[in-house]
Amino acid sequence: MKGKIGKRMSIVLFSGTIDKLMAASILTTGAVAMDMEVDLFATFWGLNSLRKDMVKSNTRFSRDFEEMTGPMMQLFKSKNVPSWYETLKKAKESGTVRVHACSLASDLMDLKKEDLDEIVDDIVGVGSYISQADEASITLFI
Amino acid sequence: MNQEELKKIKADRVVDARGTSCPGPLLDTKKAMASVPVGGILETMSSDPGTKADIPVWAKKMGYEFLGVINEPGYDRIFVKKSK
Repeated sequence: MKGKIGKRMSIVLFSGTIDKLMAASILTTGAVAMDMEVDLFATFWGLNSLRKDMVKSNTRFSRDFEEMTGPMMQLFKSKNVPSWYETLKKAKESGTVRVHACSLASDLMDLKKEDLDEIVDDIVGVGSYISQADEASITLFI
Repeated sequence: MNQEELKKIKADRVVDARGTSCPGPLLDTKKAMASVPVGGILETMSSDPGTKADIPVWAKKMGYEFLGVINEPGYDRIFVKKSK
């Protein structure tokens, strides 16, 4: 039986720690593999992590598990797990993934489009996000 | 398909995704399927234990036919037919 093609997933990427960024990028990849389109709306710390100078240098982990940062980084390395950024980039190359930067957060952090990594498509307001999310069958807040 | 039938399959394309973690093998499978002719068979080799669960679901969604899995030491060989 043929599944429904052209479905969408929508993610609000609020967090800027690599464990959560990794969850978002892996879920995005899974959706792409299932032929879904993905809209990521990056705001606050999620947006901060998409700054050109942050995408590869970020080593922050969720504070609740801060002491696990070293061991987890070792595990990622030994198990050959690509970084969240590489994973998201590959997902974007393999399907339809749109990364939107929140305009309010961009304004607050004084970030222009050119300050953000090339993976970011545009800067939009919350209204655009809501209209995208309204058409999505999966909506996540990470 | 039973194990004997699966072992006889000569796939049109083989993806060796061993050593890559979830969801790498699934994405590699999806990409490789684009170059498999209709009626052809794709074999994915994966050492990630989730792949043998993910590929049948993906195949169903895409309208492909999941043929089965051969468990080898340390990895799985997963067969999907591009039935349309």
